[in-house]
Amino acid sequence: MNQQQMPSEGFWSRLINIDRRWIYLVIGIVVFIPILFPIGLPVQVTKEVQNVYDRIDSLKAGSIIMIPMEYDPATMAELQPMAYAILRHCFSKGIKVISTALQIEGVTIIKNDLELIAAEYGRKYGEDYVFLGYKPYPGIVILNMGEDFRKPFPRDYYGNLLDSLPMMAGVYNYSSCAMIVNINATSGVDYWINYAHTRYGAPLAIGVTAVMATDYYAFLSSNQIFGLIGGLKGAAEYEKLINHPGLAMRAMDVQSIAHSVIVIFIIVGNIAYFSSRKKKG
Amino acid sequence: MEQVSLGTVLWYTLGAYLTLSIFSFLYKDNPFYRLAEHLIVGLSAGYWIAVLYHQSLVALWLEPLTNGFKALVTPGGSFMSEFGRFFLSVIPGIGGLIMFTRFFSKISWLSRWPIAFYLAISAGVALPLYLQSFTVEQMRASMIPLGGSISAVLKDLIVIIGTICGLTYFYFSMEHKGIVGGMARFGVWILMIGFGSTFGYTVMSRISLLIGRFRFLIDWVNQIAGYLK
Repeated sequence: MNQQQMPSEGFWSRLINIDRRWIYLVIGIVVFIPILFPIGLPVQVTKEVQNVYDRIDSLKAGSIIMIPMEYDPATMAELQPMAYAILRHCFSKGIKVISTALQIEGVTIIKNDLELIAAEYGRKYGEDYVFLGYKPYPGIVILNMGEDFRKPFPRDYYGNLLDSLPMMAGVYNYSSCAMIVNINATSGVDYWINYAHTRYGAPLAIGVTAVMATDYYAFLSSNQIFGLIGGLKGAAEYEKLINHPGLAMRAMDVQSIAHSVIVIFIIVGNIAYFSSRKKKG
Repeated sequence: MEQVSLGTVLWYTLGAYLTLSIFSFLYKDNPFYRLAEHLIVGLSAGYWIAVLYHQSLVALWLEPLTNGFKALVTPGGSFMSEFGRFFLSVIPGIGGLIMFTRFFSKISWLSRWPIAFYLAISAGVALPLYLQSFTVEQMRASMIPLGGSISAVLKDLIVIIGTICGLTYFYFSMEHKGIVGGMARFGVWILMIGFGSTFGYTVMSRISLLIGRFRFLIDWVNQIAGYLK
């Protein structure tokens, strides 16, 4: 708001009309400094993340889980650490992974992420993991995969026939997978709930951006999903569970400090608002 | 530190330039921000067109159509079954082309046919499942048998009362006075708690994105340092 339009009525009025760029600057500083100098604040694990970990951890080596990943450059800051943590958990236990990328902008990122984490654990393509890639119209693709992965994806991302991949022998649809863990930054989560879970009864857990998390807690309460990993905090919890601190756990310092500053701003802003209103009568 | 190539440094520098250009909007609108913004829009549109051409038009229509035609004219197969497969590929093409009649006012009514077909298919597939997932299952989850520990009973009561009061707020056929008014007011509080929770998560989400960009800028500086070393 233009300062000149508002009458100057003391400290609180000046504060309420502060140029918002000062707030951006303060937030920028409080985010940047803890990145450089981490403190290592503790992370508490929530039940909904623990559930996902426990279900994956209870699987035997050689089991197959499906991890469809739908994020892009705009949301990778939140969901990439989550994907890394879950993939690390699976690959470290010898669990096989089938993945898709049904969001068009993220296909290459997800391919690279899979290759990176698989290489960390010496996992081989076609034997330990398969990447099916992208096909348009996610709802139809998810429905088709419920019948046979080969229907929407006769070939994988690299152009191999699915039947030529050793891991896909005898693997036809969701019933061949122990569960689906959908890491998703879009409303495409609804398709997975509707089609993969409701239509085909696949056990489903989701990892979503923090903005989306509150919307999906209702599905957790109704047991339509068995676990929910929300944003970078959820990713940090998973990193803690697999005992592999990474980007998300390091970011929790920043989150805690930035949130504290924002809470202070909200309190000061409210005090300033009510004080200036009181003065105006 | 790993040896860094000039190409990597240049790509990182381009990314850093675009990141800083977008950030510059926080100060005020400027040509650097505009350029970055237009670049994103243009690149996204171009990428979408290319991918949809290959993945949708070619993979889902042109390939089945040409393969069907080849099978039809190749002697040896059953003519009727090959013709059936070929015809199934022709129908979506015709439907798609008819959609373009919207651009010609005299025959624009034709476009309603494929749109109606598309809507009917979508509604038929989606409606029962959406109803099940988003209404029936949610209602079932709200019908909780009260029991167990005191904290569990309290939690379940909050769900039941919160749901009823929240719905009361959206019940407009009765004036919000007396008991109904009180329930509606409590419903508003419940909604506010929900919005507050969403706001908190949104702040966390935005800070996460900022962390991601700052990390990228730090990586950029490290890449330059690695190259100069």
